[in-house]
Amino acid sequence: MSLLTGNVGRKVLMAVSGLFMVTFVVAHLLGNSTIFVGPDWINAYAEHLKELDLLVWPFRIFMFAMLSIHVFFGITLTLENWGANPDKYAVSRRPRSTFAGRTMIWTGLLLLAFLVFHLLQFTFKITPEVVKVVDAQGRFDVYTMMVAGLRNKMVAAFYVLSMVALFLHTFHGIQSIFQSIGLNNDRTMPKFIMIGKISAVVFLVVFSAIPILILTWVLS
Amino acid sequence: MSEHTAHGTMTLKLIVWRQKGPTEPGRFETYLARNITEHHSFLEMLDVVNEDLINDGKEPIVFDHDCREGICGTCSQVINGLAHGGQTRTTVCQLHMRTFKDGDTIYIEPWRAKAFPILKDLMVDRNALERIIQAGAYTSVNTGAAPDGNSILISKEDADYSMDAAECIGCGACVAACPNGAAMLFTGAKVSQFAALPQGQVEARERVFSMIEVMQKCGFGNCANHYDCQAVCPKDIDVKFIARLNREYLKALVM
Repeated sequence: MSLLTGNVGRKVLMAVSGLFMVTFVVAHLLGNSTIFVGPDWINAYAEHLKELDLLVWPFRIFMFAMLSIHVFFGITLTLENWGANPDKYAVSRRPRSTFAGRTMIWTGLLLLAFLVFHLLQFTFKITPEVVKVVDAQGRFDVYTMMVAGLRNKMVAAFYVLSMVALFLHTFHGIQSIFQSIGLNNDRTMPKFIMIGKISAVVFLVVFSAIPILILTWVLS
Repeated sequence: MSEHTAHGTMTLKLIVWRQKGPTEPGRFETYLARNITEHHSFLEMLDVVNEDLINDGKEPIVFDHDCREGICGTCSQVINGLAHGGQTRTTVCQLHMRTFKDGDTIYIEPWRAKAFPILKDLMVDRNALERIIQAGAYTSVNTGAAPDGNSILISKEDADYSMDAAECIGCGACVAACPNGAAMLFTGAKVSQFAALPQGQVEARERVFSMIEVMQKCGFGNCANHYDCQAVCPKDIDVKFIARLNREYLKALVM
């Protein structure tokens, strides 16, 4: 039963690629949190990342591969699942599944759209409003770029909406990783579910705080 | 239908899925269930309705049932949106009318999944589950003299775990409740009951591969870890057995 075509194999691939992306989100969250300390911190953080030049592209290629696996199998598995359950009940009650769980495909696609925009804006810096300046110490001024970019109400709203999608996606997704790779048992399952829920809330609060604080001029 | 209603009984409005055959289009029909007491089981209530239908010269509602003791896994109805009616650890036959009130409206539908084609009314073809069983839910033993009683020692923990998985009666409620029409709880339970025992080790690899393969070929969907299956399971089969199936699959991959 192949990993690439099998029922369970593809779920394992979804889980493993998801795990790498969640790990990236945690690292990204820690890095971004330097913005709350001040402009100097996040600019210094960005500068340090730049110094890891040799590692950046292999890392990006790896993450792109993980993303591609996750998106490809996410879409194909969902289409298969719709096909396996074509006739809906006239009355349907869902005793245990969650809104977050049942909307994974939609939150996932929204996150994909967000990711494309986010990379164009802050990684490749090719969206029209991007402010590219250097700070007093001659470093690229990430702080000013972020503040200028997220002061746009539409952009900030899209960021917050996307973080709600990330919250829902990880709320179901994180515990799902452990189930799909077979680590759950009586003892561990409640813990993994709790870890997933807490992480999802932390992602939502910390990531959304950035556009919200910029929009309310707390960060300026 | 008998118009007489005995004192102290309930009258219920049933909205039931009627379908003449596998290829015929189905539709909902409305019936009144009269003279129902709180002691009637859900299936007995349908028996009463069917007697009325037969007396009126109409086709009775076809539904699967066998032991009516909650152990055979034959009864299979989605009642008001929940497989087996939503009573914890209860099959339709053990669901009693005391959980309903006079005047209630009850929707009764068959299991719905691509792998379970409707045969007639509320009866579906669940042979797909049998095909999964045939693919590997057995152990091969040499016949001959009866083996010594305690020649293979199994710890109490393992025996209990295996029995918990083996409690599955194969009713298919997990598939019916799954948003994806997946049979992972069923297959997980069947794989786990052998995986925990020494007798199951010899064919472990072939078992998990072929059962997953057949499950997929039968048209079941993929598990997305929603866990609605466990909530409706009349035997409360734990979703940890799905994790066990995933684990057994990964073990088999590297074996």
